Amino acid sequence: MKKLLFCLFLLSQSVYAEIEVYQFKTPELELRYQTLTEELRCLVCQNQNIADSHAELAQDLRRKVYEMLNRGETNPQIIDYMTERYGDFVLYRPPFNARTLILWLAPILTLLIGGIGFWSLLKRRDNSNERLSDSERARLDKLLHTKKSDSK
Amino acid sequence: MKLRFILPLGAFLVMVIFLAIGLKLDPHEVPSPLIGKPAPAFTLPQLHEPQKTFSPADMKGKVWLLNVWASWCASCRQEHVYFTEFARANPSVNLMGLNYKDESDAAMQWLARLGNPYKISISDKDGMAGLDWGVYGVPETFVIDKKGIVRHKQTGPVDLTILQTVITPLIEKLNAEGE
Repeated sequence: MKKLLFCLFLLSQSVYAEIEVYQFKTPELELRYQTLTEELRCLVCQNQNIADSHAELAQDLRRKVYEMLNRGETNPQIIDYMTERYGDFVLYRPPFNARTLILWLAPILTLLIGGIGFWSLLKRRDNSNERLSDSERARLDKLLHTKKSDSK
Repeated sequence: MKLRFILPLGAFLVMVIFLAIGLKLDPHEVPSPLIGKPAPAFTLPQLHEPQKTFSPADMKGKVWLLNVWASWCASCRQEHVYFTEFARANPSVNLMGLNYKDESDAAMQWLARLGNPYKISISDKDGMAGLDWGVYGVPETFVIDKKGIVRHKQTGPVDLTILQTVITPLIEKLNAEGE
């Protein structure tokens, strides 16, 4: 049993080893590396950022980020490098421009449309507040009355 | 009263249209921002003669194709037939192969067995040139004009239709252009 557990432990080690470890000169660089790799999308497995992905491309992109950071390049320079090659698609936080206008504004717009709809619904309900006409009132009285006498 | 029924129906139809368009889009098809930009530079050893190098600058003044492939890539094998046929039929076309993240021996064996359509094969062992070119899924094929500008990118395997209707007319058009 112990041997089996040990084997399992070895297996788990090799799985973790897939994400390589980089040594950074300063903790600040490491932090920037983490932020950048979390914001860049892996183009092979598109629902993962390159920090999480095991795809070979993600590995290469991480290496590129690491190299660029060590060369002293700034975050915008690294982001530019990526978008020049892979387009805005590589960014998990797309920039606000003409092409992404609808993407950014859609939530606000939907909220606005919903709000207007809800507001007009409330207003309509207010207006149609059961004001009975005379004939309706007479009929209601009659109905209530009959019910009363019936129950007796 | 009528509006009450038309509004949700209209909203539903708009949704249907958006979803239908969404279904037809291929999310793996990422448009390359490289189109219209100078081909990224690199200097890499040639696969068959590693002492010689190749650089995109060597191709200045010529229209050329760069096909990114690897022996471990299944769909490269699928498109390979078309490229060998294409190279045989169009010997004047400068088709270069970028052997991406591959073992040189495996790559040379692959070419020896299946035929070698490339004028020059370039070895990009660590994939850093591929990265510079925005390669994210082999095979990929780039068309570069005489000025060294990337004019077209085909992501995924080419087939006869793509070669005949997209690549060939584009090469003819670019050949006609001045330097």
